[in-house]
Amino acid sequence: MWFEVHAENYLVAGGPRLRLLEAIRAAHPLSLHGVSLSLAGNAPLDAAHLERLAALVRRVEPVLVSEHLAWSAWNGINVPDLLPFPRSNDAMRRIASNIDQMQSTLRRRVAIENPSHYLRIDDHEWDETEFLKELARRTGCGLLLDVNNVYVSSRNLGFDALDYLDRFPADSVMEIHLAGHTVDPALGETLLIDSHDAPIAPEVWGIYRHLVERIGVRPTLVERDGNVPAFDALLGECQMATTELLRVTELSGQPS
Amino acid sequence: MSNSLASFQSSFVKSLFDQDAESTLTTQPAFAVYRNTVMSGCVDALQANFPSVARLVGVDWFRAAAATYARAQPPRDGWLLMYGETFADFLADFEPAHDLPYLAGVARLDRLWIEAHTAEDAMAVDSGWLASLLPEQLGGLRLRPHPAARWRFFDGLPIYSIWAPNRVGTDAMDDIVWQGEGALLTRPVDAVGWQALDRSSGAFLDTCAEGRLLAEAAGAALDVLPDVDIAALLSRLLSAGALICPTSNEKRPA
Repeated sequence: MWFEVHAENYLVAGGPRLRLLEAIRAAHPLSLHGVSLSLAGNAPLDAAHLERLAALVRRVEPVLVSEHLAWSAWNGINVPDLLPFPRSNDAMRRIASNIDQMQSTLRRRVAIENPSHYLRIDDHEWDETEFLKELARRTGCGLLLDVNNVYVSSRNLGFDALDYLDRFPADSVMEIHLAGHTVDPALGETLLIDSHDAPIAPEVWGIYRHLVERIGVRPTLVERDGNVPAFDALLGECQMATTELLRVTELSGQPS
Repeated sequence: MSNSLASFQSSFVKSLFDQDAESTLTTQPAFAVYRNTVMSGCVDALQANFPSVARLVGVDWFRAAAATYARAQPPRDGWLLMYGETFADFLADFEPAHDLPYLAGVARLDRLWIEAHTAEDAMAVDSGWLASLLPEQLGGLRLRPHPAARWRFFDGLPIYSIWAPNRVGTDAMDDIVWQGEGALLTRPVDAVGWQALDRSSGAFLDTCAEGRLLAEAAGAALDVLPDVDIAALLSRLLSAGALICPTSNEKRPA
């Protein structure tokens, strides 16, 4: 059993938040998942924010630090969301440079997560899986593959989720995310929202099974940020993921 | 194409905050997802950071005011835990809050609560040790406010009497005396605690914060209130965990 928290909630000088995190860390592996570093912003990273993150990393020595292929900061403001961008060569250079800055400041390899998509953007020069693969090649970073984000994006933008997963650079995957989604209250089934406030959907379990059969066992996180149920219900979802991973282990252990 | 990313981002951010902005992105119904997520993220953060204000005005009024603030002053960094540094100033000038002159002060105490909650840890001075010192040693001692201690005096308004019950989800008493009040917030270990603070104790803490001697802090308290009981004042501050001893040789004067 291991835990993951949003790093931003613990970027404090002292107090009960850090003691809580240290108590978890004393008993379990801990992963720090950032949401606001704005790696895909066309600007250098916020040095003060990165230094606070580095201090937290030194303090709790997480097993993994991760961030998103997205941006949130622009011209001195930072919006609480993970925003999309055209995957251009221009963006590739900027993001690779920002990941270099993140990895050199934290003195460790980080994992970059594929975000959820809602908008059609016409100016992409790169496919997302190819873009992530090239970022991993240029910077040495790992990847965090969010299977629910792939499913939500495939439905919203109209691509084949299994095809995306089959093209995803398996060797770089350091962690997998699973989460629940909901339908948009106004637009219904035509727009799925990566809301993290519901159980993991059967379709997402289906493509997760397909993925781990192909790439093998990876640390898998059940994300839940809203409508948090009793702990047993969350443990039940963890157990389902563990069952899939054990099945893959047994499959790969058998002579073909 | 050297600044294609920059121009995309400028236009995206403008469209997030301007409902009338039009582009190939904003004409897609899904653009509303970003507008809603950004605005609710800002407003949720303010509601979490200013719970006493929200309780006083009600959630609907609060969220409308918070949205106005967020459009004018969106977060400057990714540290939503600290978002709303200028929210109290905003409320002080906010026309719809004109009849609630205490609202900005209540917001200031909510803000001090966050500062106390997240400040550096330190070992508060033990009152037993201090009591063991001789009176002539005490005056030459330099104590500093604990890094998590916050205090403020509000002229003319009973901010503390309004804030304290609302902070824990109860109504303020009916018999509030409409006069200036101060508040002291401390966090010696994990929990933030608070108490009313008189002007002389405030002057005492201000003087300690300047790095001056305990004798000078006592002098400042006496200047404000000539008949103040310094021993009782110091004892209250020590029980609250408001003071630390900054250097080891001052901790154990010979």
